[in-house]
Amino acid sequence: MSDISVENLNVWFGDHEERVDAVKGASFDVPSGSSFGLVGESGSGKSTILRAIMGLVPTWSGGLKIGDLTLGHKRPKTFYKDVQMVFQDPYASLHPRHSVDQVLGETLFLHGFKDVDRRILQLLDDVGLGREFRFRYPHQLSGGQRQRVAIARALAPEPSVILLDEPTSALDVSVQAEVLNLLSDLRDEHKLTYLMVSHNLAVVAHMCDATAVMQNGEIVEVLSVEDMRAMNPSHPYTRNLLEGSFGYKPTAEQSA
Amino acid sequence: MAEIEKQGLRAWLMTDTPTSRRHARFAALYAGWLTLKANPMAMVGLAILILLLGMAAFAPLLSPHDPFEQNLIGRLQSMGAEGHILGTDSLGRDLLSRVIYGSRITLYIVALVALIAPIVGLLVGTVAGYTGGIVDAILMRITDIFLAFPRLVLALAFVAALGAGIENAVLAISLTAWPPYARIARAETLTIRNSDYIAAVKLQGAGAFRIITKHIWPLCISSLIVRVTLDMAGVILAAAGLGFLGLGAQPPSPEWGAMISEGRRFILDSWWVATIPGLAIFTVSLGFNLLGDGLRDVLDPKDGDSA
Repeated sequence: MSDISVENLNVWFGDHEERVDAVKGASFDVPSGSSFGLVGESGSGKSTILRAIMGLVPTWSGGLKIGDLTLGHKRPKTFYKDVQMVFQDPYASLHPRHSVDQVLGETLFLHGFKDVDRRILQLLDDVGLGREFRFRYPHQLSGGQRQRVAIARALAPEPSVILLDEPTSALDVSVQAEVLNLLSDLRDEHKLTYLMVSHNLAVVAHMCDATAVMQNGEIVEVLSVEDMRAMNPSHPYTRNLLEGSFGYKPTAEQSA
Repeated sequence: MAEIEKQGLRAWLMTDTPTSRRHARFAALYAGWLTLKANPMAMVGLAILILLLGMAAFAPLLSPHDPFEQNLIGRLQSMGAEGHILGTDSLGRDLLSRVIYGSRITLYIVALVALIAPIVGLLVGTVAGYTGGIVDAILMRITDIFLAFPRLVLALAFVAALGAGIENAVLAISLTAWPPYARIARAETLTIRNSDYIAAVKLQGAGAFRIITKHIWPLCISSLIVRVTLDMAGVILAAAGLGFLGLGAQPPSPEWGAMISEGRRFILDSWWVATIPGLAIFTVSLGFNLLGDGLRDVLDPKDGDSA
């Protein structure tokens, strides 16, 4: 019902000589209710795909489909009720002057919910934040707590698809696991479809059913999580990435 | 008993876990007040401005004489003269009474300019910065035109066109004072508009009007308030300058700037005639600056972190 289909997507910035092609001919499908990862090094165009889907980048061509809805350059309001996004940096994605109550209340108001107070408490419970956090400001919260607020905001309109832009990369290692567990619990509870960007293969292996590997704006390989765990890639870049994820290993000559 | 009640109110205001939106707002206000109270210079500024307000409100009760009553025999009496603590001016009017009544005019000018100029500037700057493109270009070129004139010359032209008087002087000063606010607001908007939290609220389907008024304005206001308080001295002086040229406050109204220009003729042998209103302008400007500095600390969310 809410599967994501990306067909030959191109995204670019700038015009003429200054034109930079950030994403070149990307295609993949995410079945409803599953999780799909996008991995690759910095600047490979992973986040740009998410921003293009959300309508935050106007310069794109190709086919984007969420469920039955084919996306044009202007998103209908119902789109944002169905598809939401969690940003990478929870320090930058919350308004510094708005309390948790204001952030969630405004989101609920914009989506036309009536019982705002009850829903705010429900959302705080859902993301494991106590009710005492309701009137806190972002500067009174830790990174993990902020990201929980951002997740609550994404959950507020009751979407079926959530795009996650490296949701844990700005957090401490101990908090990363908490947030990832929260995300998988929420997925099971609310029957969500995830499209998740990460440069951490362990995170993707933990969360996703399949993953696309990107290099220089192109998808070089779509890999199932079984193949990834079996270290069975077909593209040399993927092999590099997989080997790199085990950390630095000195070669025979160097250690000698 | 009252002591216990007071403690209860304080605890209610200081709580970490407010129970309702109204409670949270009161607690935030109280926390802001505590930050301001901890800054002694800001409290001095606040005291000066409260005194000014009191002076303006109770002018008829406070002033020993009628500010317009002339006494040519007792002209230019020095400070400490009998019945005239601060002396008299060239027409024998009591200086203390004139300074007290002048606070009304000064407050009137300052309040109107402080309302008009930053609001116009904020509106123009945020709309230009957020919209970008052709709207930005047009609004900023208009701002450039206003900025290109020396302030007093432009104000002079406006007053000459609109007619002399204190209301038109206020209007003219406001018209010349808004461009710097527009520039500041635009610069702030440019850094804010590409941030993730603006993108996040766009993803909730918020329109440009909501984003500008609810998300961008609150972040621009602290730098504008600081600028307003720094500008206040300049505004008082610009009003005085217009008065001096016969285009602002008209005699015999006891506007402080006009009083200085009157006293200028006797500055060598009757220095107090110009000095007293000058000291008044200085004190009020100082009050605005001190309070503005303290307010900035309160309004900055990162510095307001006492938890």
